[in-house]
Amino acid sequence: MLSIEDFPEYQIPGAKQVRFNPYESNGGSVVAIAGDDYAIIAADTRLSSGYSIHTRHQDKSFKLSEKTVLASTGCWCDTLSLASLIKARMQMYEHLHNKKMSTTAVAQMLSILMYNRRFFPYYVSNVLAGIDENGEGVVYSYDPIGHCERKKYSAGGTAGPLLQPVLDSQVGLKNQVGVERSPIPMERAKAIIRDTLISAAERDIYTGDGVIFNIITKDGIKQERIDLRKD
Amino acid sequence: MKIDIATEGPSNGFNFDNCARNAMLQKNGFVCPTAVKTGTTIVGIVFNDGVILGADTRATEGPIVASKNCEKIHYLAKNMYCCGAGTAADTEMTTSMISSQLELHRLNTGRVVPVETANTLLKQMLFRYQGYIGAALILGGVDSTGPHVYTIHPHGSTQISPYTTMGSGSLAAMSVFEARWKEGMSEEDGKKLVRDAIAAGIFNDLGSGSNVDLCVIRKNYTTEYLRGYEYANLKGVRELSYDFPKGTTAVLKTNVKRFEITETIRPIDSGSVPMETA
Amino acid sequence: MFGGFDNSYSPMWHNGPKPGAFYNFPATSTSSPKDEKQRDSQPITTGSSVIAFKYDTGVVISADTLISYGKLLRYRNVDRVFKVNDHTIIGVGGEYADFQFIKKYIDQKVTEDYCYDDNLQLKPKSLFNWLTRVLYNKRCRFAPLWIDIVIGGLQDGVPFLGHVDHRGRAYEDAAIATGYGKHLALPLIREKIENQTETLNAERAVELSKSCMEVLFYRDCQSYPQYKIATCDGQGARVDGPINVAQNWEQALNV
Repeated sequence: MLSIEDFPEYQIPGAKQVRFNPYESNGGSVVAIAGDDYAIIAADTRLSSGYSIHTRHQDKSFKLSEKTVLASTGCWCDTLSLASLIKARMQMYEHLHNKKMSTTAVAQMLSILMYNRRFFPYYVSNVLAGIDENGEGVVYSYDPIGHCERKKYSAGGTAGPLLQPVLDSQVGLKNQVGVERSPIPMERAKAIIRDTLISAAERDIYTGDGVIFNIITKDGIKQERIDLRKD
Repeated sequence: MKIDIATEGPSNGFNFDNCARNAMLQKNGFVCPTAVKTGTTIVGIVFNDGVILGADTRATEGPIVASKNCEKIHYLAKNMYCCGAGTAADTEMTTSMISSQLELHRLNTGRVVPVETANTLLKQMLFRYQGYIGAALILGGVDSTGPHVYTIHPHGSTQISPYTTMGSGSLAAMSVFEARWKEGMSEEDGKKLVRDAIAAGIFNDLGSGSNVDLCVIRKNYTTEYLRGYEYANLKGVRELSYDFPKGTTAVLKTNVKRFEITETIRPIDSGSVPMETA
Repeated sequence: MFGGFDNSYSPMWHNGPKPGAFYNFPATSTSSPKDEKQRDSQPITTGSSVIAFKYDTGVVISADTLISYGKLLRYRNVDRVFKVNDHTIIGVGGEYADFQFIKKYIDQKVTEDYCYDDNLQLKPKSLFNWLTRVLYNKRCRFAPLWIDIVIGGLQDGVPFLGHVDHRGRAYEDAAIATGYGKHLALPLIREKIENQTETLNAERAVELSKSCMEVLFYRDCQSYPQYKIATCDGQGARVDGPINVAQNWEQALNV
C-alpha cells in the first residue's frame, strides 16, 4: 500500500503524522501442563501496555465448557473478541448437534477461526487445555494465525521464551539420561507452574500481580489463585 | 609553504559524519546493540535539615529485568550525591568523572565545593554531547548556602526546585509530591514522603521496581546512605528443588589415558641468591 | 514513552511470536510497522484525563470541562461526564467528535428503553459490552473512534466500573484513569484503595477526586481548573459541578 512517504514532494515540512496501529501488546504469560487424567492451565493477572498497568486482576482464562479452558494473552481486544466468538460458535454447535463440543473439536475450530483472519490476524498467544474424549489431559498451543499443535505442556505470552525451556527440562525431561519417565502427578505439575511463574515475574516486566490456576479434571474445573510481586 | 595543507586539516566544531553513517547502516537493516537502560524512578526533596534523595533498584533491557538490585544513587562528594536515570553506563561514567573533578577542585580551593559547581560541570559536559549521553540526573547536596536539589536533563538544561522526580516513574512519584510535599518537613516525614514517592513508581511504573534506596544529606555535612531502605517486593518462595539427580547428564564418549609417572627428588640449595623483589 | 496515544509508534509485541512461530527470542527483530496495514488518523479536538473509582456503595467518575484543539484550550465549558440513566454514568476522553457520534446512539438506546415503558433500563455492564463491540468493530475497519470511555454504575446493586479504549480493549477494575490521569492520578487512588485503613465512603471518595484533580491541574498541560463529578449509588445517578480546583502556588515563590 502506498503512503504519503512514497510522495515526498507532497509532504508538509514539520507536519507530524499519527498512524493508527490496530495492535497493542497487553502482556501476560500462560503455562499449561496436562497429566494422564487432568490438565492445569494458569495465567498471570496483569494487564498492561507500555510502562503502565491497566489492572492487576485480569483473569485471562476463559472457561469454554466443563472440560475445556482457553487462556489467551497478547492484544487484549483481540483476545476478548476471539473468546466471545468461540463461545458463540460453541453454542451454535450445541444447538445444531445436540451435544457438547469436545476439547479436540474446540481445538480444531479455534485453529480455523484464527486462520480465517490470516491477513489481519488476532495478535494473541493461545493455549487451550482440557480433557479429551478418552479422558486424557491435553494441551494445544497456537501461533497467531492458527497453526495448532497437540502437546502435554506449553507456555506462552510475554514470558513464553523464559518459561518454555524450564518446562522442557522439568516436565519434558529433555536432555537427561536414565530418568524415570512416569506420568507427572497433579501436585507436582501445579508446583512447577507456580514456581516457573514466580520466576517469570522476577525477570519479565509484563508478568506479575497474581496467578489464576484452572485445574481441569473429570469432575469439573476448579479455580485457585496466588499472589505474585506487584512491581 | 603549502596553503593546501591547512585547508585539509579537520574543520572546527562538531563532526556528525558518524551519525549519517549510523543512520544509513540502520536503514539497511543493521540491528544496533542495545544499552541497559534504567527505566527508573528517582526523586529528590529539600527538607528542614538538608536534602533526601531516593531511587528504585531495577534496571531493564526492553521488557526484561537486567538487574534487580542496582545502585542509582551515585557518590559525587562528601556533601553531594546524584541520582541517575537513563542509560546506565552514561549515568555511572558521568557521575564518576564529575566526582573526580570535584575532588580536584576541593583540593585546589581547600573548601567545601558548592552544589552549584557540580551542577555547572554536569550541564556543561552534557550540553557538549548534545543529548547523546543519555543521563537524566537529580543532584542533591548541601553547602555553605544551604540545601539544594537540581534536576539535570540529558541535553544540559537544569532547574532548581524543592522537590523533583525523573525517569519513567517520574509522573507517579510527582503525584505523591504534588499531593503531600510541604515546606520545612522533618527528617522522619521527609523520608516517609520520599519512600512513598519511590513506592508509587515501583508499583505503578513497569520500568521501576524492587527496592527503595535513600540518601539523606544534612546541613551539618553528615550523610546517611540507606541502601535497601525498604524491600518493597519480596520474591515468592519456590516449592520444589530443581537439582538434577546424579547421572542424568549424558556421557557421550569415554576415553581413558594412562599416565606414566616418574618422580625425582632434587634438594634445594639453601645458600642460593634470594629472589629479586625490587 | 508514556503509553497513551504515543503507543502507535511502538513495535508490536516485544516477545510475541510471528506467524509460523511460537516464540520470538529477544534481539531478533520483530515485524516492521511497514508490514501492517495502516491508515492515517489522529484525534484533533480532545478531552484529557478521566478519573474514576469505586467506593463502598457506588462509583465516582470525574473529568475537567476542557476540550483542547491541539495545544489550544478551545472549549472550556464542555461536559465530559454524563448520567446515562438511573444506574449508569460515563466519562470520556479523547476525540470529542467521535464521542458525540457514539453518544447519539447511547441516547437512542435510553429513549428506546423509556418507550418500552416496562421499567427496564440499560445496565452498566450491557453498555460496557456494547461499546466494546462497537469500538472493536471500528478499529478492525481501520477507522477507530478515538475515545477513552469509562463506564460506571450499579449492576444489580453492586458497583461496576469498566474502561474501553479506541481499540476495543476493555477491562474492569476498582480504580480507572485515562490520559495523563493514568500516570498522575492512578498511583494516588491505588495507594488509597490498597492501603485502606478506613472504608472509602462517598464523602471521602469526593475528597479523593478533588486531590487528584488538583494534582492533574498542576502537571497536565491540557487540563483545566474546573471539573464535574458524576456519582452513582443506591440513591441514583447524578452529575455535580462545575467545581473549581483548589490551587496553591505558594511554594513556587520560594524557588
